[in-house]
Amino acid sequence: MCSLSQEKIVGATTNVDSLRSEIRDKSVRVIDVRREEDYKQNHIPTAVNLPLANLLSDDSPERVLKLVNSMGIDDETSVVVYDDTFGALASRVAWTLEYLGHNDVSLLETTYSKWKSLGLENDDKIPEIQTKEHSLKLRSEILATADYLESAKERKDVILVDNRERLNYLEQHIPGAISLPYRTLASNDKILRPKEDMKRLLDNRGISGDSEIITYCGSVGTLSGLAYYALKSAGLPNAKLYVRSFKEWKSLSKPTEKQQDANYWDLSAE
Amino acid sequence: MTLSNLKQSRPKPKKGKINWARNQEADYFANTVKLYRQGKYDADSFRRFRLQHGAYGTRLADDYAMVRIKLPAGEVYPQQLEKLSQLSEQFSIGSAHFSTRENIQLHWVVLEDVSEIMRGLTEVGLTSREACGNTVRNVMCSPTSGVCPDEKFDSTPYALATARFFLRNPMAQNLPRKFKFNFTCCEKHGMVRMVDVGLIPQTRTQDGSTQKGFKIFLGGGLGNKSYVGHQLEDFTPEEDLLYTSIAVVRIFDRLGDRKNLARNRMRYLVADMGWEKFQNLVLKERAIVRATQSVVTRLNVDDTPQEIKRPIRISDESGSQNPDGYPRWLKGNTFKQKQDGYYSVFIAQEAGDITSNQLHALSEIIQEFSGEGLARAGFTQNIALRYVHEDDLPRLYDQLLKVGLAKSGSLTMAAPIGCSGTTSCNLALTNSHRLAKEIQRKFLELKLDEDDDLRESSIKISGCPNSCGQHGIATIGFFGGGGRVEKDMFPNYMMQLGGRSDGETMLGVSSLRVPAKRVIPMILKIIELFKENKKPDDDLKSWIHRVVNGVDDSQIKTMDDLKKILTPLTLPPSITEDPDFYTDYGSDSSYHTKTGKGECAA
Repeated sequence: MCSLSQEKIVGATTNVDSLRSEIRDKSVRVIDVRREEDYKQNHIPTAVNLPLANLLSDDSPERVLKLVNSMGIDDETSVVVYDDTFGALASRVAWTLEYLGHNDVSLLETTYSKWKSLGLENDDKIPEIQTKEHSLKLRSEILATADYLESAKERKDVILVDNRERLNYLEQHIPGAISLPYRTLASNDKILRPKEDMKRLLDNRGISGDSEIITYCGSVGTLSGLAYYALKSAGLPNAKLYVRSFKEWKSLSKPTEKQQDANYWDLSAE
Repeated sequence: MTLSNLKQSRPKPKKGKINWARNQEADYFANTVKLYRQGKYDADSFRRFRLQHGAYGTRLADDYAMVRIKLPAGEVYPQQLEKLSQLSEQFSIGSAHFSTRENIQLHWVVLEDVSEIMRGLTEVGLTSREACGNTVRNVMCSPTSGVCPDEKFDSTPYALATARFFLRNPMAQNLPRKFKFNFTCCEKHGMVRMVDVGLIPQTRTQDGSTQKGFKIFLGGGLGNKSYVGHQLEDFTPEEDLLYTSIAVVRIFDRLGDRKNLARNRMRYLVADMGWEKFQNLVLKERAIVRATQSVVTRLNVDDTPQEIKRPIRISDESGSQNPDGYPRWLKGNTFKQKQDGYYSVFIAQEAGDITSNQLHALSEIIQEFSGEGLARAGFTQNIALRYVHEDDLPRLYDQLLKVGLAKSGSLTMAAPIGCSGTTSCNLALTNSHRLAKEIQRKFLELKLDEDDDLRESSIKISGCPNSCGQHGIATIGFFGGGGRVEKDMFPNYMMQLGGRSDGETMLGVSSLRVPAKRVIPMILKIIELFKENKKPDDDLKSWIHRVVNGVDDSQIKTMDDLKKILTPLTLPPSITEDPDFYTDYGSDSSYHTKTGKGECAA
């Protein structure tokens, strides 16, 4: 498909065919966020490796900037991120780039396993990267801190979304949050549902329109990172990620809520 | 090329012939939920609507539903299990639950997501429609129909046709109360005398030709008050099956009690009217139904013979890799079909709970092992894989073991039933669900599944006097309540003994109240007493049967004798002596009996 517009519209996900042609055109930086040993075995051609654990060891903007520069990414570079964990780890990396001020970043629409099962190209070559200079324009509007969340969640136009599994939510959650488990966001072989499907699902749950939506999950903002992109894919850009999530919330001894009077755990099969 | 590459040539999974779903119902449900949330739909009407579509309320939590999905005649196909796996992971708690009526339930579903589940079900031809509410509920059929050595013919096609006839049928949309059909294979596999309409296939020879028909039982049912059904006539020919069913539904619709919620199942109508009067009414109504149908109304019975194809073997390895557990599993989990060389394999998960991953695995395993290409849900929170070739059993065992689906003793007393109890039900007083799991663990630990004397016996537990856990037909049945020592409450069960659902169906006789934390020692004590007093060819079931009927001649002759011995086990310790006694399974806080409103009768 040929696009005539100058301004590139960045979707939440990039489909397999577009990525393949971008790789052929050398117009994309692909980031593989799997573990180093997996990456070394094989990966999508031209991809660089940024294991999520590496990023999380210090995700201060200064360090992330260095990482981004070393991956040869400047303000104009088109970036596509993938993982093998239903998109959650890739989401966390992509979101971090966005937070740094990078606009052109999206997720591969599927996982690496699926890519391979489709018989698509992969190799074990580690690309030579020329360092680039990225600017630092932090987009604080996509980040929610605990303090921000505590006051914002009282507002009527703010929707707080918990993306952990249902049982975890029933057991304990931030007061006022609604439960939208991360598994709900995927479709059969894509990390996110088709747009119309996603819109309908979110709309049924009252997640629509102009509300500000804050997502959180268990600890490091991966599952809720995926939800951040799910919202984006459905045309709801007014989203924030509470990146330190429930782990921090609890460690700060902020109030929590639980579903009382039911032994729901005993209903789960182990 | 390695052998495993050949796997890709597996034929496409078999699909169900009947599509139970309707596309538009999901949208309609989603819109109705929105109207209800906007206050444009009153709570009572909404509740009726919700139940009609198979979404039941959840324990003390208005925003959640339990979605009950019908598996008519128990049939479930590989792609359906795959979809259920996905839906349970997306919208429920990562597991699903097999009920005692061949439904599969998804719990703790956000009300607004119910329509998404319905949409998913539509893709694979399943529905939750009329799985709750005052309708004809899922039509059951014995999981061994078609393979049972004692059956006259396979009643599955009749069960499917009956389900098809009544689903969305205007005559069954607003009955006084729910209405249940059970088809079975033979007397032994039972379950026909404790349901509104129970049917056993029969044949008779007339003028040299064999005629198919049924023994029909009416007016039975388990509940707060249970009744055993009555046989309508000696033989009901197959062409009268539909007329009889319509006649009974019409009488119930016309005369059933619509006011007194506690007494509006058909069994109360039959009991109040007296069987003979009711029987006459049915026969008359049937004549009217037969005479007044403007067009010939027949059940759409599809009895084209089923195609049985043993799945192609990919590897030639034989024998189990796990020989230790195999004989035990083979004994307690399988039975020989009437078809030579084939076995039915029963899978019993703890209290019917199965994980999303296991549902996915099951979908694959069916395709690899079942000659009929589908599975059948059973009467006891279990699922059966049939037409498994005997040579494939060891490999099947290995596969099941890998995914945790090979628990021993599925066809024995070591697989108790527990309704959902306080895990999700509004009415529950105790955690019957967890108790069933605890008993199963104990039984397997003690290898009681291997004890032939216990094989035919059963343990069934309900969390309240209503009988979702079918305690009334258990050899040892329990229903939940609360006990009290001064101001301290503890979970307590009424124990009933001697219930059965076969040709000699009888309801269990109430014996003692047993505190929850004493249920397991109580069961083990009863087994011990049985071993001490049994006759050479006794099993537990026959011994208890004699005791409850007061006709045994050992030192325990009657229930009273038995109670005397068992009573010490039921005495509560003080709360300081044993604080654990005052908590229920699965809970570390003090016990209370908080409940919500039931919805069975909405």
